[in-house]
Amino acid sequence: MRPAALAGTLLVAVTAPAWVWNPYHLHTLIMAGIFAVLALSLNLLLGYTGQLSLGHAAFFGIGAYAAALLSVKLEWSPWLGLLASVALPALAGYVIGRLALKLRGAYFVLLTISFAGCVSLVSVNWMDLTNGPLGIPGVPPVEIALPGLPPLALRSKSAYYYLVLAAVVLAYLVCLALIRSRIGRALIALRENETLAASVGIDATHYLVLAAVLSAAMAGFAGGLYAHYTRFVSPEVFLFTYTVTMVIMVVAGGKGTLAGPVVGAVLFTALPEALRELTSYQWQMLLYGVLLIAVLFFMPEGIVPALRAAWLPRGRRARPS
Amino acid sequence: MTLEARDLTVHFGGVAALAGVTFQVAPGTVTSLIGPNGAGKTTAFNVITGFQRPTRGTVSHEGQAITGWRPHRIAARGLVRTFQKTSLFPGLTVRGNVLTGLHLRGRVGVAAALLARGRVRAEEQRLGAEADQVIDFVGLGARRHDAAAALSYGDQRLLELAIGLAARPRLLLLDEPASGMTASEKLAVATLIGRIKGAGITVFLVEHDMRLVMGISDRVLVLNYGRLIADGDPAVVQRDPEVIRAYLGAGAHAHA
Repeated sequence: MRPAALAGTLLVAVTAPAWVWNPYHLHTLIMAGIFAVLALSLNLLLGYTGQLSLGHAAFFGIGAYAAALLSVKLEWSPWLGLLASVALPALAGYVIGRLALKLRGAYFVLLTISFAGCVSLVSVNWMDLTNGPLGIPGVPPVEIALPGLPPLALRSKSAYYYLVLAAVVLAYLVCLALIRSRIGRALIALRENETLAASVGIDATHYLVLAAVLSAAMAGFAGGLYAHYTRFVSPEVFLFTYTVTMVIMVVAGGKGTLAGPVVGAVLFTALPEALRELTSYQWQMLLYGVLLIAVLFFMPEGIVPALRAAWLPRGRRARPS
Repeated sequence: MTLEARDLTVHFGGVAALAGVTFQVAPGTVTSLIGPNGAGKTTAFNVITGFQRPTRGTVSHEGQAITGWRPHRIAARGLVRTFQKTSLFPGLTVRGNVLTGLHLRGRVGVAAALLARGRVRAEEQRLGAEADQVIDFVGLGARRHDAAAALSYGDQRLLELAIGLAARPRLLLLDEPASGMTASEKLAVATLIGRIKGAGITVFLVEHDMRLVMGISDRVLVLNYGRLIADGDPAVVQRDPEVIRAYLGAGAHAHA
């Protein structure tokens, strides 16, 4: 992104709680932020290595359950819980990545779907641990303890908004740092031409596992944030709808770009809410579908690449990054 | 010897693509592997670079057995190949392609990428300079920022060479680098191969164009039906009756 656009976006984002006075709108923004982290995470796999994970909700859900269980049952500090909500999904991502050693394309998709299915079944049926379909209520809010001050629990929406915003910025910076290094080039090489990548010494397994681990860790972090925000976790976090929403955000925003997933997340979190206020439920879903098709029809590469192409003079295409 | 293949055999079902082939590639030479279509040339390349497991036989590089190693490990040893069918990173620019080829020249890992941005910047600068050097070496300087997919066919083949060179090979295996090129483009490739050899890189070449092969090779190996039927000086191989028979069919020796 250009510096001016970046500064403008940040300014709008940082001041949002000041002018978004409707708490429901602020809630929508917080959810958009959580989805932005998720979309950035999916984009690492789908956008850069070119492998589609249709089980991404599993990493999100594992992160949410890790945070909820540790803080409720073991009364860990939410911060330690958040750490676990990064570490556990990362471990799951490692296993998936290793299993996917030789699986690409449709087979990788199937592996991730099955994985998510298994985890979801566990969350419903392992009553002793997860409380089954009833879920886990009473997840404590995140507390900020500064030395010399009483601990500050992030109960207010605007306080939590800033925590999520920080998470989005962090996830974005992690992706940016990876992509602008030889690691990012290796990931992109797997997408562009895996055979050629191997012949110049890029270890496909290593980088695919790496992408899966980082992607899962990021999705799990979003799950942990979600658990502490909604204060309640149930098997719903594993819903396939979450995965599909992430895919829509990445693809419509622009897969393989850094800004695309964020733009997609904000747009496709706000859109259903805007449509809800405009019209009845049936029309809402129909309009959502029509708008999505229109975006993909007129901007097949996604919104961000389309805008970039419109702004940059022809013949000077920016490097895909 | 830079490269030594012993008794290489590859069976695809009942067909023997390679049937006990033994040869060597001497350091500092341009060695060519020729033969009619289906003789097993590309299969030999695939085995050497780890893309195909041999049914029997061994490959060693500078005394180290590399049979059955995975391709990226073989590349890391300095054996780098190009492909018969044009093979690039189509979505990237020329420079992006070459930078990707420079992967092994970089050192930055995840931790450094995330935490030591100064090191990354320094590395990117160094790799960028190396990439530009390679791009200029193959003569694509003017196309540096163009998308690879937008290059002409001849330029795409040059870019493939650049990607291979970027991986800093000690032995470069070129699979028909001049196929489908015009006469002048072929001449440019021949000159380029000479310069690659001049830079101290051993070249192992599969090529159909006899004029190109005879002009630049120090040694020529001839495969036919998976067997090595000739091995030696280009001028001698060219006059070998069995080679002529393999290329032109039985009875052709009467006219040769």
